[in-house]
Amino acid sequence: MSRKASGLKAWVIQRVTAIYIAVFSIYLVGALITDAPINYAEWKGWFAGSVMSVATLLFVLSVLMHAWVGVRDVLIDYVWNTSQRVIALSVVATILIACALWATQALVLARLV
Amino acid sequence: MKTSTQRPVHLNLLKIRLPIGGIMSIIHRITGVAMFVAIPVLIYLLDLSLRDVASYQAAGEMVRSPLGVILLFGLMWGISHHLLAGIRYLLIDVHMGVEKETARKTALLVTVVAPVIGALLLWGLL
Repeated sequence: MSRKASGLKAWVIQRVTAIYIAVFSIYLVGALITDAPINYAEWKGWFAGSVMSVATLLFVLSVLMHAWVGVRDVLIDYVWNTSQRVIALSVVATILIACALWATQALVLARLV
Repeated sequence: MKTSTQRPVHLNLLKIRLPIGGIMSIIHRITGVAMFVAIPVLIYLLDLSLRDVASYQAAGEMVRSPLGVILLFGLMWGISHHLLAGIRYLLIDVHMGVEKETARKTALLVTVVAPVIGALLLWGLL
């Protein structure tokens, strides 16, 4: 993210991803409460559906970006030492990217296997 | 005149006395960080549950274990608070509920309603 626009960009990213996360979370929890898949085949079939699969991948990407902006704000507030902050931000970024790849792998495998 | 170096750039948590808006705000922040920590756990459970019948059942047992239920309540409370407080922030972005009295009321509402919704969601899920 360029230094010049990082504030406004982060602000916009946080709001756009928030709206998608809110809509998908409400759908997900609502579906799990009202019409939950009752066995493995139904559960896997749900996530292997093409719309659900892409919608979930988009959710994973949104959460990754939203968490990055949020955790970055927290670290900027509380980690005062520059090198410690750089290390902390690097660890967070690595964890988030690894998680996104992990979730993508699980969701793609559910469609293939 | 104050120089720029005298501005309170960093926050001393021990010196802060928070009004309700501040309490709601810090819970928004804590729930955000907590859910960041929960991300790998949730992806682990998703991955496990999608593998085969046995691991699907193992994932279900983990979620329904005493620790699982406590953490699930925490997640449902956290997501409710973070979502409601987030909607409040979005409304304030478009200049709704900015007045001090209204802002205090909505902050209190978010803080009180979130754990109730969290408990209802947990009840619905189990």
